[in-house]
Amino acid sequence: MTAAGNPALSAAARPVSGGRRLPLSWLGVVPFFVYVGIFLLLPTAIILAGSLVAPDGSISLSNFAGIAKPFMFTSFVNSIEISAVSALVGAIVGAILAYAVATGSPQGLVRRTVMSAAGVFAQFGGVTLTFAWLATLYTTGIVYVFFKDRGLDIYPGGNIWLLDLRGLTLIYLYFQIPLMVLVFIPAIDGIRPQWREATESLGGSTWHYWRYVAGPLLFPSFLGCTLLLFANAFSAYATAAALLTQGGVILPLQVQALLTSETGSSQPGLAKALALAMIFVVLVVMGAYTLLQRRTSAWLR
Amino acid sequence: MIRSRRLKLQVFRYVVLLAAALFFLMPMFASIEFSTRGNGIAAPRTLDSWKLIASTPELSDAIIASLELAVITSVMMLVLLLPTMVWVRLRLPRINRVVEFICLMPLTVPAIALVVGIKPIYIWISLNVTDSILALAFAYLILVLPYAFRALDAGLGAIDLKTLTEAARSLGAGWGTVMLRIVVPSIPSAILNASLLSVALVLGEYTFANLMNYENLQVAVAYESLVDAGTSVAISVAALAFGFVLLMVLSFVGRLRSTPVGALQRP
Repeated sequence: MTAAGNPALSAAARPVSGGRRLPLSWLGVVPFFVYVGIFLLLPTAIILAGSLVAPDGSISLSNFAGIAKPFMFTSFVNSIEISAVSALVGAIVGAILAYAVATGSPQGLVRRTVMSAAGVFAQFGGVTLTFAWLATLYTTGIVYVFFKDRGLDIYPGGNIWLLDLRGLTLIYLYFQIPLMVLVFIPAIDGIRPQWREATESLGGSTWHYWRYVAGPLLFPSFLGCTLLLFANAFSAYATAAALLTQGGVILPLQVQALLTSETGSSQPGLAKALALAMIFVVLVVMGAYTLLQRRTSAWLR
Repeated sequence: MIRSRRLKLQVFRYVVLLAAALFFLMPMFASIEFSTRGNGIAAPRTLDSWKLIASTPELSDAIIASLELAVITSVMMLVLLLPTMVWVRLRLPRINRVVEFICLMPLTVPAIALVVGIKPIYIWISLNVTDSILALAFAYLILVLPYAFRALDAGLGAIDLKTLTEAARSLGAGWGTVMLRIVVPSIPSAILNASLLSVALVLGEYTFANLMNYENLQVAVAYESLVDAGTSVAISVAALAFGFVLLMVLSFVGRLRSTPVGALQRP
């Protein structure tokens, strides 16, 4: 909105900032590009190159054949499933929470508290997050005992779902929802009350407002945030490492096992191939998102 | 009609906020309950686990290291990213999308995958530059890029950067003055936001430190959990509380600074 607000100014400035003074103006971005070159692009290149080096040192695609094993496939499915479910649920709940916060006073205590809490919880993970949930829901946990005392067993038939992938999904929500609040609230803030008033003065109901005004406006951003949550869960590692005792159930644990095998059988080539496969999955989701967004922005026009 | 809608909205808000508070505070409460349990069934509540934090040197070392990393990463992020973003907006708007793509890239490369690629670079660094844990800040800067970029981008988008800088330049200000006395005071909340997200990320980071054999806060907590679960829970609750208080305090500081230049901000 704001960037496009001043066409005359940017058009007038273009000849000056454009091609003629190229060498000098490019100097300003050199530090940034050197830095990301070393610490982001070079590592990505190392993954790419390393995935093509077979254990015997020759260049081949054999590492990718190593991925095509049933147990690898299972961890792919597990990883994608847990990321998708926790991203979708986290996005919906997080969006509702963000809306509840954004409709309050922008400088109010509620908003400050929620935003600060979201800032820390979004990065919370690992062994202590697992501990916190075990202390809550495990068979000695306070919530479990609370319900048990009232005759309600949250683990019917002794099936302790907290310790498998369902439990992991629930635990992931503990950092997914706050992340959604953090990234989605700017989009909600961008909605003007005037639009609601305009809908109403034209005779529209609350449903019309959400269906035809706010919904379509927020949808692309909502999708983008959901994707971010997917990528976040997809790469989450510390929590799963703490909760799941048997290794390799999800992809990050497979990569870790290949990197740091205690029996000395670490396979760096295969680890890199797997890392590349993970990047590939995120890129596919990202591509789907771009296509979807193109669709939705066409609707918006 | 409007009044009844307002009432409905208030009810909705309180229900949602209460439910969220329950979901997020219950595990915290359970953690605190767990960390204050005494030894034995009928033992009284005790703060022994909490007292152990200060008297375990590895833990306090790791805490200090993580705090230093948080500060260094935030400062490096601002020094590297903010001038670049301002410069790109003013002089090289064509490559804005490239910078955005690069900044969001760490989201597409899972941390565990990035570790695989960055490990050789860190082996080189630890042999040739420094083997201090503070070297982790280089990698952390990459991890915070997406969050920092989004925060700063929102801030820069909300001010009329071009007019402000041109006015300053025509009055004889150098680029340093423009950055420090025009840009920084114009977007205090964006800068705070970016720094806070960086601090929170660094304090919670585990994957990089663990796989590259550095002992930061989270790695120390994970070790400690094998020795004394109560202490490890106590320390991470303390870390969360610390982060929360820090964010709260800074959110008030941000408001104080934002008033003088508020008039320059676009609606």
